[in-house]
Amino acid sequence: MSTIFSPPRSMTENITHYCPGCTHGVIHRMVGETLDELGIAGRSIGIAPVGCSVLIYNYFNVDFQEAPHGRAPALATGAKRARPDLIVFTYQGDGDLASIGTNEIVHAANRGEKFTTVFVNNAIYGMTGGQMAPTTMPGQVTTTSPAGRDPALAGYPMRMCELLSTLRTPGYVVRTAVHTPQLMVQTKRAIRRAFELQMAMRCYTFVEVLSTCPTNWGMSPVKALEWLQENMMPYYPVGVFKDPDLPETQKGLVPTPLDHQVGQPE
Amino acid sequence: MARKLMKGNEAIGEAAIQAGCRLFFAYPITPQSEVAEYLSRRMPEVNGTFLQAESELGASNMVFGAAATGEPVFTTSSSPGISLMAEAMSYIAGAQLPAVFVNIIRGGPGLGGILPAQSDYLQATKGAGHGDYRLLVFSPATVQEAVDLTMLAFRKAQLYRAPVMVMGDGMIGQMMEPVEFDPPPENEGLPSKETWASCGARGRPRNIVRSLFLDPEVLEKNCHELKAKYDRWHVDELRHETYNCDGEPRLLVTAHGSMARICKTAIDELSEEGIQVGLFRPISLYPFPSQALAELADRIGRVLCVEMSLGQMVEDVQAAVGRDLKVRFFGRTGGVVPSPDEVKGAILKQLEADA
Repeated sequence: MSTIFSPPRSMTENITHYCPGCTHGVIHRMVGETLDELGIAGRSIGIAPVGCSVLIYNYFNVDFQEAPHGRAPALATGAKRARPDLIVFTYQGDGDLASIGTNEIVHAANRGEKFTTVFVNNAIYGMTGGQMAPTTMPGQVTTTSPAGRDPALAGYPMRMCELLSTLRTPGYVVRTAVHTPQLMVQTKRAIRRAFELQMAMRCYTFVEVLSTCPTNWGMSPVKALEWLQENMMPYYPVGVFKDPDLPETQKGLVPTPLDHQVGQPE
Repeated sequence: MARKLMKGNEAIGEAAIQAGCRLFFAYPITPQSEVAEYLSRRMPEVNGTFLQAESELGASNMVFGAAATGEPVFTTSSSPGISLMAEAMSYIAGAQLPAVFVNIIRGGPGLGGILPAQSDYLQATKGAGHGDYRLLVFSPATVQEAVDLTMLAFRKAQLYRAPVMVMGDGMIGQMMEPVEFDPPPENEGLPSKETWASCGARGRPRNIVRSLFLDPEVLEKNCHELKAKYDRWHVDELRHETYNCDGEPRLLVTAHGSMARICKTAIDELSEEGIQVGLFRPISLYPFPSQALAELADRIGRVLCVEMSLGQMVEDVQAAVGRDLKVRFFGRTGGVVPSPDEVKGAILKQLEADA
């Protein structure tokens, strides 16, 4: 009998602490598979955020650093500048990256730091118990927007790919999702492309992944997938906003369809 | 290296390079921006990294990320910037990493002013950031001493895997003085990076650099590891200078940094007038050289603490000498630097009051 499917070698066998239906596990695995496929786990540094994925280092056989809230891009900058020979990646949620760490992410991207950001956007603060995030949808009920997010008071959700794409420097900016098998395959491809671009020291690389939070959204995992499709997908279009090997379209504001992304089979 | 005339801020930058540091992350703030200006020219000459960060939060967390790889790294700032860096200091202490911070103090609170002060003493010695941690804090009184203590700070940061602060006032940063760069002190032994640094896990178990310990017993254990270092500092890292204490001085002045230098001038002038006054200058502010101070204070019997603040170090001085001896205080703050005449006046007033 031969083994045809096994956990990535770059990951530990620890059981994750994530809630049922959470997509962090799937995204973790894609990072792990990528580290395996590219043979870089032994020379990689992961930077953990503050949020649900703060304990990500429990699941990887990789050196990790745990950052203060929002500062992962600053730590990654320090680590990559200290050791340009290493592969450095951050893994951040939307409260961490788009709220308390907005300054750090914008400037790391704008300097063109040669690390990779995996940005998991589930439109809510998870670990602290379901508070409103900068990415929370209009009308979405959270523990700090009990009547639903009111754009007149809290503004509209921030779109980080679009925001970063207005900067000239960042080279690779892509938004994906993992609520269908096809999108999972495309997300994996995007994560792998980001690491490959980093290995070639070509550009800053940013992969946003739309994610679910059944617990704090207050719905079943299946319903959460539907909610993401119906509510988040129209506002947060998936696609490649920037790629150094694709012609820039309208300053990165109109993404290239995912099925035209580099590495897509003919 | 030959004797050179250098501005304090530039000399501190050069001292870091001489100590082997090749990574500098900083954000401009008066009165220490010349460190960044100097190193933006100098670091490329030695294949080092100079990076102007987006903020002090960014700079200090870049220091955190670089320190985690085990490479020597430092940053410099001034009071309001140090408040922002306090976040990273706390994390770096908790994660047990080597890093050097330099604070060229300006007057506060708030935006305060841009002139020299010593009003960050409590911030540095009692904990700028949150949690059970301390900084090893050195206070130089000359540009030469700023150079020597900066080099020493790198060695101590490595030895203890802990953040170390060199704290001067704006005068130390802005003043030009002749300096020599002696070879840096011997490396006292950086604990092998294999066991703690985050720099690629090939061929060994992974290292996780963190300050998060959700199990209270484990967090307490980490705090005890930090405490063991601080206990060692109280034995091995106490530094102070005494001046004019050999005879029978009528009063003991305590002052640190530039303020101590001004006090020396006042003491020399009083000495010519036949009035003997001693000086105790702590060089390590944390750990505070309490024992040495207490012995001297007991012998002399009168203590006047002089600071460029409204009274911060005086709390440690009073704690050191005990409740039987009331420590008197003289200070100016907000960027006002007391003249030797003012210090003389304060000393004479004290002697008269006690007569």
